[in-house]
Amino acid sequence: MNSRRAEILSLTLEHLWLVLIATGVAALVAIPGAIALTRRSGLRGAMLGVASILQTIPSLALFGFLLPLPFVGGIGRHTAIIALCLYALLPILRNTLVGILGVDPAVRESAVAMGMTPGQILWQVELPLAVPAILAGVRIATVATIGTATVAAAIGAGGLGVFIFRGIATVDSATVLAGAVPAAILALLADGGLEWIEKRLSPA
Amino acid sequence: MVGQAIWSPAKRRPEGRRQGEAPTPLAWHNNHMSAAVLEIRDLSCRIGERWILRGINLEAREGETIVLLGRSGCGKTTLLKCVNGLVQPAGGEIRIEGRLSSDWDPIQLRRRIGYVIQDSGLFPHWTVAANVGLVPKLENWPLAAIEARVHELLERVGLAPAEFAQRYPRQLSGGQKQRVGIARALAADPPLLLLDEPFAALDPITRYELQMQFAALRAGVGKAALFVTHDVREALLLATRIVLLKDGMIDVVASPLDFRDARTSEARAFLASLNHGDEVPSNPAELPSSPVGQIE
Repeated sequence: MNSRRAEILSLTLEHLWLVLIATGVAALVAIPGAIALTRRSGLRGAMLGVASILQTIPSLALFGFLLPLPFVGGIGRHTAIIALCLYALLPILRNTLVGILGVDPAVRESAVAMGMTPGQILWQVELPLAVPAILAGVRIATVATIGTATVAAAIGAGGLGVFIFRGIATVDSATVLAGAVPAAILALLADGGLEWIEKRLSPA
Repeated sequence: MVGQAIWSPAKRRPEGRRQGEAPTPLAWHNNHMSAAVLEIRDLSCRIGERWILRGINLEAREGETIVLLGRSGCGKTTLLKCVNGLVQPAGGEIRIEGRLSSDWDPIQLRRRIGYVIQDSGLFPHWTVAANVGLVPKLENWPLAAIEARVHELLERVGLAPAEFAQRYPRQLSGGQKQRVGIARALAADPPLLLLDEPFAALDPITRYELQMQFAALRAGVGKAALFVTHDVREALLLATRIVLLKDGMIDVVASPLDFRDARTSEARAFLASLNHGDEVPSNPAELPSSPVGQIE
């Protein structure tokens, strides 16, 4: 029983690690990407389209696609992280875009008219006002990735999916639950925690 | 940037008494004392194939309030935006403080022009004090100077600093927001103000109050102002000169007194709206008389 507990803990940490890296990298790509897209309306539709299509690919299939690829593919954690990252892109990208483009036009116009530079407008006006939307996107991405990451065990990435796949193989629902319940708790905690941060960081 | 440093706003504003205040900017200022703050020559502007403005000639001197009057879509807002470079004109020239607008760095130019719009455009995530202190902060005034200036301006627009400085825009009424918007526009002591229907969204009583206060404020600060409105009553009340726009062209230029005798159909239409729309006062001739005296 004690060894089971230790395994749950270590797989939970592994799971968390997968999720943190994947959503972290996705945020680092999607937020600056979205900022760039707010300046180029022509590319906006195309990029959102690509991100949407990525998200429609079933996760197991995406892991399958990535496996044979050189550099990004192969058995193991990095393949899983790349796939999870691709899934996390869309919500963050879309929410950042919506957040920045949703800034009251009168506010943006007066920022320009008062003689703020584009950089000042971005950092002092647009981004602070978009923070709630951006964080909401990160939250959605994180919670979804916690779920999707269980599938990553199929390509040897570890995490709580290990219990789930083992339980399915041995028709042992207790083992399935040993993976599913911690994953659900993680998702709830992440949701609540990020919501709290969102509220704290929201402009008055 | 280097070329502008000699007479950058930071050195010309009264609060910016830094050591070694160069005599150059003051001399420059004196030379142009009598010149127009704003000169517009043969300005035209179009969006796509449609001409928004044609053949606009206009001048605004210190202490003058030019009211651009016209129906929606007559080009009055576009004219305003041409002045601070939010819209690029198709032809003609605009001089601000004697200098061609194309010779100004657009960022520096906008910091020399106060701007007030109907929706106030206050930053919702900044306090009233931060909003008012925006341009001084962009111009790197010392913090103490910004604070003093904000305090002074809030008092001047009738908002007690102790009560309002730390509020956020969402905690203000519409009239209070517009007051803050005016204070923000005046913050860096710009020689020119652009106002785009600043009082249009207010209830009639608040609007009248703010109009009165604006008239008093203007008398005190001696700035040139370009004031856009579709309200002929407001034009008669506040203008030193009324410029009536019709379909992107100037229809009438007249003092408020002479405007009531203007014979063009557009001017008649505006005056008719005044006579039929308002019961009180019955005689519009009484409107523009010494508004300053009626304050508070």
